[in-house]
Formats: sequence, C-alpha cells, structure tokens
Amino acid sequence: MVPVDHYLWLSLALFTIGVIGVLTRRNVIIILMSIELILNAVNINLVAFSHMFGGVDGQVFAIFIITDAAAEAAVGLGIILAFFRNRETLLADEMDMLKW
Amino acid sequence: MGLNSILFYFFAALAVGSAILMVTRRNVVHGAVYLITTLLATAGVFLLLQAEFLFITQVILYVGGIMVLFVFVIMLVNLDVSLLQYQFNRQRFVGGVLALALAAQLFIVIKMGKTSLFPQARVPEVLPKNTEAVADALFGRFMLPFEIASILLLVAMIGAVVMAKRRV
Amino acid sequence: MSHLLSPSIMRLVLPVIYAVVIVAVLPLLAGYIVLVERKVMADMQARLGPMRVGPHGLLQPIADAVKLLLKEDIIPDKADRLLFWLAPLVSVTMALLAYAALPIGPAFQIADLNIGLLFILAVSSLGIYGIVLGGWASNSHYSLLGALRSAAQLVSYETAAGLGLISALLLAGSLSMKDIVIAQYDQGIWFIFYVPIGFFIYMVGSIAETNRAPFDLPEAESELVAGYMTEYSGFRWSLYFLAEYANMIIVAGIATTLFLGGWLRPFASSHTALPGTSIELLDALPSLLVLGVALYCFYLAPRQPVKIQKLVMAMAGGLCLIIAGVLVGALFASPAVLQGIHGAFWFLAKVFAYIYFFLWFRFTFPRYRFDQLMRLGWRFLIPLALVNLIATATALLATREWGGSLFFYTVLADVVTLAVAMFLAKNDEVDSVVPVADGE
Repeated sequence: MVPVDHYLWLSLALFTIGVIGVLTRRNVIIILMSIELILNAVNINLVAFSHMFGGVDGQVFAIFIITDAAAEAAVGLGIILAFFRNRETLLADEMDMLKW
Repeated sequence: MGLNSILFYFFAALAVGSAILMVTRRNVVHGAVYLITTLLATAGVFLLLQAEFLFITQVILYVGGIMVLFVFVIMLVNLDVSLLQYQFNRQRFVGGVLALALAAQLFIVIKMGKTSLFPQARVPEVLPKNTEAVADALFGRFMLPFEIASILLLVAMIGAVVMAKRRV
Repeated sequence: MSHLLSPSIMRLVLPVIYAVVIVAVLPLLAGYIVLVERKVMADMQARLGPMRVGPHGLLQPIADAVKLLLKEDIIPDKADRLLFWLAPLVSVTMALLAYAALPIGPAFQIADLNIGLLFILAVSSLGIYGIVLGGWASNSHYSLLGALRSAAQLVSYETAAGLGLISALLLAGSLSMKDIVIAQYDQGIWFIFYVPIGFFIYMVGSIAETNRAPFDLPEAESELVAGYMTEYSGFRWSLYFLAEYANMIIVAGIATTLFLGGWLRPFASSHTALPGTSIELLDALPSLLVLGVALYCFYLAPRQPVKIQKLVMAMAGGLCLIIAGVLVGALFASPAVLQGIHGAFWFLAKVFAYIYFFLWFRFTFPRYRFDQLMRLGWRFLIPLALVNLIATATALLATREWGGSLFFYTVLADVVTLAVAMFLAKNDEVDSVVPVADGE
C-alpha cells in the first residue's frame, strides 16, 4: 500500500520542475509546456486526496483542470503563432516591445 | 511490496525523469516528446489510484489532443537557429533559488501535515463503477461548473481561431 | 481446461496466450489482406492481379515480407535519429495495443476493461504521434506536409467517428466492449438497425482515420510521393504498413462490436430448433456456408489450367471441409465451446465484410482534395453526428417516459437526422465547387 504522502511528494517534485522550467527557460513553448506540467502535478494531488476520502469530487475537479488546460493551451499557442508571424522570434527575452 | 507499489514507484520515477529531461532539452520537439512521456506516466498514476475515467480522459484529451496541438505548433514555427542559442535566460540563478524556496515551503507543509493523512481505510471494499460515479457527480452536483467549462471551451475555440488567422 | 489450473494463474496466463496469438497472427493476416486487396482491385479492374508468386499469387505476401526485411536501412543525413527510430515504433505499438480490448468471442478477449471502448479510442489517438513524429524526423518537405495533413485529417475525423459511436453507446449503457455485445443480445437486435446514421458516420470517419481512399491524400503517390512514409524503407516502412492494416482491422472490429452484434449470430435471441434435434436452425448456418465454399473449391479444382493450381484449389477445399467439420462438431459440444467457435466465425465474417467495403470504396470513389476533406469532416459530419446524438437520446428518453417501442422512436429520430443531413449537404454544395483563395 502506497502511503498518501508519497503521492504528495511526487506532486511536489513535478510542481518544482515545472516552476523551474517557467522561470529559467527562454523558449516560450517550453514555458507553456512547463505550465502544463504544473497543472498535472496539481491533478495528481487532487486525485490522491480523492482516493483517500473515497469520493469522486477530486477527480471531477481534475477533469475541469484538464479542460481548462486545453483551453489555455489553445489560446496560448494561438498567441505564440500570431507573435511569431510578426517578429520571427520565440524567445521570451526578445519579446520586449512594450518595455520603455 | 505489492504490484501496486512497484508500478507506482516506476511511474513516479518515469514522470520525474521525463520532466527533468523535458525542461533541459535544447530541441523543442524532444521536449514535447518527453512531456508526452510524463503525461502518460501521470495517467498511469491515476489508474493506480483507481480513477479509470480520469486515466482515459488524460490520455485522450491531454496526450491525444493538447500535446498534438503543441507538436503541430512546434512544427509550424520551426527555427533551426534556435538550436544554437542560449537555452536558459539571464535570471536563471534567481529563478532557480526562488523555485527551490517555494519547494522548501511546500515540503515543510507536507511534512507537518503528514500525521493528519490517514491511509486508505475509508475506501469501500467494492468500488462503485468509476465512470458512472464521475458522471453522477458531473451531471448532478457539478452541473453549473460543467456548463461554465463548456462555455470556456467555446470561448477558447473562437479565440484560437481568431488568433491564428492571417488577416482578421 | 479451466479446472486444471488455479484461477489466479488462469487470469494471468490466458491473456498472455491470447496476446501472443494475436501478435503472431496479425502480421500474416495484414499481409494476406493486402493480397486480397490486390485481387479485389484486379477483379474490379477486369484483370487478374498477382498470379506469379505461388499459385494464384498466394505466396506474394511472403515474398514481399522477405524483400522488405532484406532491404538496406537508409536514414536521411539530417534526420532526427531518436524520433526517426521512435515513430514507426509508436505507430505499431498503438495499433497492436488496441487489440487488448477487442472481444473476438465471449471468452476470447485479452482484457475486459470497464472503459474498453474509450481505451481503444485513446490508443487510436496516440497512433497519430507515429505519423507526426515520423514526418518531422524525416527532415523532408514531402514528409512534413504529408504528416501534418494526415494528422489534421485524423484528428478531425476521430471526433466525428467518436460522436457516431456514442449514439450506439447510448443504447448499450456501458463502455465495456463485452457488455455492449451482451446488450445487443438482451435487446435482441443489432444496434445498426437503431442508429444506421451513426453507423454511416462511423464508417466514413473510420475510412478517414485509417487514411484509406477516398481520404488517402496524405499518402497518395501522385500527390506527396508517399507522405510521411517517404523517407522510410525496409523494415521501418513495413512497421508503418503493418500499423495501417492493423488499424483497419481494429476499426472494423469496433464497428462490428458496436453496430453489427459482435460475436452474435443473426437473430441471436430467437431460438428455433431444427425439427427433432436440439440444434438451432441458424447455428447450422456457418457450417453450411463453409461447406458450400468447400464444394465450390472442389468444383473449380479440375478446371484450373495449371497443375499446381489444381492442387492448391483442392487443398483449399479440404481446408474448408475441415473448418466445416469443426463448426459442426462444435454444435454437439458444450454451449461454451459452441459460443466460442461460432462466435469467432461470426465476428471474423463481419470484420471481413466491413473490410471488403473498405476495399470496394477504394476502387470506386475518386480522391478528395484536402480542403474538401476538411470541409466534409467539420461542416458535414460533426454537425450531423451531433444531431444524430441528440435525436437518439431523445428517442431513448421518449421510450422511457411514454413507453412504446424503441424502434419506432429511433426511426423518427433517423428521419429527422436525415432531413438535417439533406439540409447540410445542400448548404455545402455552393462553396465546395471553386476553392476560394485565402484573403492574403
């Protein structure tokens, strides 16, 4: 039997890796993928607790998070495509047109 | 050490390993493939937690839908020069330190709260069929969030179509 | 035999045996389906097809397999090695993995999952990666374009096919493949008679899913060389090829299970015995059919021009006699054996009938242009599938609320859906004739 906190450690590890990815990478697509990783870590957390309590509420919430991630990925990638058509760059450092 | 535990540790190691690989790859397509592996390992963890509907939803939607979208966009904006540039940005050390600080805080929270987590004593002997239970919850108590989620998806669809058009 | 071994061993060993049987038989089966396709194509084009390699071309698949295995393994210079190696592997693994949930007979199923149908759909959608990554890794324009087009087509028609499936799923009430067939037995009627439009949508969707004509633009020779498979040769290409034909059989298997009654014989719930015996009339049908085929082979054998062909035809007749004998023998054995063997016969017969339709369509319809293809998927099939779903659900609700026969309500629902289909088709005709240039 796997203790519940092992699922939480796994979730923490994935969350940290995702946050490191968001904060340190330059390529915007990798940043988006790290955000997806963060959302997945949260899903593991929710489902572990849902299993612990025996209900399905955590799983239903996780379904909503997956739905939300789909919407966010679609719009985010649309924005990246539109930006790429304008400026030919995918690096977060070079997307600084609004800076003073 | 039942089969359940062995499989969980295998999937956990696979998920963490692929995640680290994804965040460090120079080639974005390789990064996407490693994210796919991570998502499949996560789906495996869901299956081990007896959430079979969520397992299949994760595979169909996340891996079979969202990641296909990612891979499409990566192939459309392919830049060969990106393989020769710096991967990590200038604030990588500060970013790393902040991420580790956040991890340390969460670590302390989990450690402190560990005693209040109870083992799976409340799981009934015969589980109700998972898909039926999720459907009952989704179309019963969570009907309003369900409808809002569908409107969210509609908005996202329209937004994505408008964003990706050549001339609005 | 189940009493010999303990239940836990049976639970582990039997699925493994089934899996080994399926993985061993499938490449051979895929090869012979190619031969059947070439013969059927030849027949429709008033010629003979492969005749040289072995009598009537029967050894052609073996020769093709040997050639492919002995070919040089060429990897393009700038190709991405990891993905080039991985892509055919993903395709073939997903194609074979789907067989785990397919029920060939009541006892011949590797894993009776609670979510069996969704599992097969999920695995099919994972197969897209084999195509996309293969096209990308080849580092060639034809491959990338073919891969992107193919993946876009697959994603669109997967949605339509899934929605078509759900209308049959509503009638079954469970996602487990075995339960769906049992529901058809309980209701006494194949689901195709309740939702023929759902079957039609699924059929069109599945033809597009497997990249078969008339939706085979991504891999047509005159269009994009060979699409995503251009740079692959030898064994890697044969993996893609196997994946494509395995996909065809899986898709036929899903249609058979959901719409055509799976392993059930026609009129499975009605029992009319032969006079004087306890054997049911329709259970004798398979043996009679195979006996008929055997007699036809024996009739043709002396009329063959070449001696080896006479011999092979006689052997085919003998084989059919043996199969007929097995089928007749099963009639007198226990009900489980009867169901198992006859179930497998009916399932395979239905799958081959469905695949024959695939072959028939390939040589009948001209190819769709890519924008016509996408228009058909998004603007005709998906709205039609949604309307069909709502209509079927309404029919089910009407049966529950007001009583009366489900068949009557589903006929009404089908009429409404057909009306919507006519309306959609009429609307689409206007702008599918001349392709409108993009507003650049």
